[in-house]
Amino acid sequence: MNQNLYRKRIMINRIGISLSMLAMTLGLFVLLWILSVLFINGFKALDLNMFFQSTPAPGTEGGGLANAIVGSLMLVGFATLVSTPVGILAGIYLAEYGDTSKTAEVTRFMTDIMLSAPSIVLGLFVYAILVAQVKHFSGWAGTIALSLIAIPVVLRTTENMLRLVPGSLREAAFALGAPRWKVATMVTLRAAKAGVVTGVLLALARISGETAPLLFTALNNQFFSLDMNGPMSNLPVVIFQFALSPYDNWVRLAWGGALLITLTVLVLNILARVYFRDKTPG
Amino acid sequence: MTESPEQTPKSAIQIRNLNFFYGKFQGLRNINLDIVEHKVTAFIGPSGCGKSTLLRTLNRMYSLYPGQRADGEINFYGQNILDPKQDLNLLRARIGMVFQKPTPFPMSIYDNIAFGVRLYENLPKGAMDERVEWALTKTALWNEAKDKLNQSGLALSGGQQQRLCIARSVAVKPSVILLDEPTSALDPISTAKIEELVHELKSEYTVAIVTHNMQQAARVSDHTAYMYLGEMMEYGKTDQLFIKPKKKETEDYITGRFG
Amino acid sequence: MNTSTAGSGTLDQQSLDDTKELGAFMETSSAGSGMLDQRRLQTVKRQRFQDFIFHKITLSFSLIVLVSLIGIIVSLAIAAWPTFKKFGIEFIWRVEWDIINEEFGAAIAIFGTLASATIAILIAMPLSFGIALFLTETCPTWLRRPLGTAIELLAAVPSIIYGMFGLFIFAPLFAEYGQPALQSTLGQMPLLAPLFGGATNGIGILAAGLILAFMILPFIAAVMRDVFEIVPPILRESAYGVGCTTWEVVRYIVLPYTQQGVIGGVMLGLGRALGETMAVTFVIGNSQRISASLFSPGSSIASTLANEFGEAADFHLSTLFALGLLLFVITFIVLALAKILIIRTERAKGLKT
Repeated sequence: MNQNLYRKRIMINRIGISLSMLAMTLGLFVLLWILSVLFINGFKALDLNMFFQSTPAPGTEGGGLANAIVGSLMLVGFATLVSTPVGILAGIYLAEYGDTSKTAEVTRFMTDIMLSAPSIVLGLFVYAILVAQVKHFSGWAGTIALSLIAIPVVLRTTENMLRLVPGSLREAAFALGAPRWKVATMVTLRAAKAGVVTGVLLALARISGETAPLLFTALNNQFFSLDMNGPMSNLPVVIFQFALSPYDNWVRLAWGGALLITLTVLVLNILARVYFRDKTPG
Repeated sequence: MTESPEQTPKSAIQIRNLNFFYGKFQGLRNINLDIVEHKVTAFIGPSGCGKSTLLRTLNRMYSLYPGQRADGEINFYGQNILDPKQDLNLLRARIGMVFQKPTPFPMSIYDNIAFGVRLYENLPKGAMDERVEWALTKTALWNEAKDKLNQSGLALSGGQQQRLCIARSVAVKPSVILLDEPTSALDPISTAKIEELVHELKSEYTVAIVTHNMQQAARVSDHTAYMYLGEMMEYGKTDQLFIKPKKKETEDYITGRFG
Repeated sequence: MNTSTAGSGTLDQQSLDDTKELGAFMETSSAGSGMLDQRRLQTVKRQRFQDFIFHKITLSFSLIVLVSLIGIIVSLAIAAWPTFKKFGIEFIWRVEWDIINEEFGAAIAIFGTLASATIAILIAMPLSFGIALFLTETCPTWLRRPLGTAIELLAAVPSIIYGMFGLFIFAPLFAEYGQPALQSTLGQMPLLAPLFGGATNGIGILAAGLILAFMILPFIAAVMRDVFEIVPPILRESAYGVGCTTWEVVRYIVLPYTQQGVIGGVMLGLGRALGETMAVTFVIGNSQRISASLFSPGSSIASTLANEFGEAADFHLSTLFALGLLLFVITFIVLALAKILIIRTERAKGLKT
């Protein structure tokens, strides 16, 4: 045996493995770094005013994020209400009818692309078809833009989860003479519930932090407003505007808002995972 | 359901010149067979012989999958099951099926039974309760399950789950029940209970059972069909087939000298 | 007789109005069951109708994605039309962005987009490869799940957070330590010097690329991990069996086996990087010019849109739509290629049919 060659191979292996561990460490380090920065700066900004006062006018002291928090809740809430049924039903179509049809295959492919498509372009799209037509920004426009981002997420998770349901369960329901829609909604969808809920939670997390599409749709509103027909304040856009502003209290609020949405997103993500793990047998 | 078993054997299902294809592969070749009313007919044979396939043509389960097709004729009380105009849901409500592995629906025990009944009958609450009790009693599950009707069907043991599935089929009052290796995933005690059940079912239902277990076929069935490579090798009264098989191949199989 | 009814076609083939024959069926077959009556026939008719409606509803919802995709292209093209009418296809490579004189070209933004995304990919690719390798080959089983989750959480952090982190934390440090270090090393090499010239204020195309790299890293790592996992254990084991080291197994077995999927994952990351708005807008510097130095500020398509859309009107607005259309077309192509490569890998290895 050639000892030198062997040593060289072991050496290369060690270097490769060490580098991969280094990459892993770097990834974890960045995650922790970002989170710690966020927590430190965010907690400094957290106080009760943040939840009860609206965003301050330029040059004024104090202020909070109440209007943005409520606006975000409304935008994300409505977008979830729209995208959940649409995404689930569309997912059912791809899983139940999608084996043979060419349309389904194309839809599946395009959905995968939409999953990663630039969200800012979706904002442009909604601006062009809605905002530009009615000539004002609105909460509804923001809701539509967010829904368009959430639908592909819900759709693909639903389809994947439905496909994991054993064929025998589906057959057993058909064997009783159940029509297809009952099989799909009352048996397979129920069996895939954990996965579908996970998909909805992940979609919720995804749109909670989206900024770009809201810039051209819901825009922002300095005042407290519940009117979905008018411009609507929301956390991501406020963070964007405030973080780049020259006012200290605005930047402080931006950090506070950033902490809020990141916590929301991370909690939703972890909830989704835990829920899925607990509800999935095996 | 109330008519008494007749003296002269009457066929519930008559299969004529049945061929079945998975795409280009032919799974069944020219099957001819009568399934007698209120009797248990068993299908035996090595794996891949087409016995499950044959069962799945009887309720058109194969129609769920593109590329699978059958030709020939399956006569079910005067109607051709293979007719493209056949309403599959209605057909399946009248020809029930139980699968290899227990398939309880992800809902309560009560709803598992009620699910099928609600499809075609609009029963008031009281009548539905009675029906559920009736079906569970029929499958000897009532005593074990009556206190947990609202629990998930998945909470039952494997053998109980399978009896729940049979109860679910029975509850819609079909005329034929197809059993596709119903005990292959169960322990011996559960298997014995299911076999006992099959025996009781035939007073009211026509039963067709696929099994890989020859003793089981001998124990539960009145008629047995031995299949091999998609063909019907021999079909007859169970006693005769097991004691005095007409064909050498059948004899080899049932005496274990096969292959 | 041939009954090749496909499952999904049963409803379509049994048209809704053939209830006459259905009725006939009910009569002739009533011998077999004592409980058939008119009500049951009604039930069947109702169920057929419900199935029909259900099919159409789910179908139309699934088409929403397709329709919005086409809608995006059409609506952006219409809104961008004045721009392309004035500048023609030349718009794409004109190096000009003069709002006052209405002289526009996409080259500056495209350059910034491509440059930052390329930097991001060059950094993220080896890192995600390392992470995927670690997670699939060397990581102890009990650590796989938490570490995998941690990396996925990195993907969940909203992009605006990356932007803020980049602007407030990373950029000052980068200006203080990173850029001078680069200038004194790579900046001294003859050919590379121009890339690292200019003021070191922390923001610019390189900074944007670095932040982007960590944003897209989890996406690429996730795809790589998934395709690494489809390598049949038997292949791995036989390689270990002849005495291969872990590195050799990955280098000569896993990588060649999953090549297309790996490239697909990288392109998926590229697609993300090209279209990312917030992380880039905060740190790229937002200046409409092209410079040789990676330290100098620039702009990407997405950052231009985010910055200028609010104040734009008329023709300027149309040019922004033109930029948006270009961005969509570029990312669409990249993502489509990525998807095709990933599907091919999975299909070739028999995971999907």
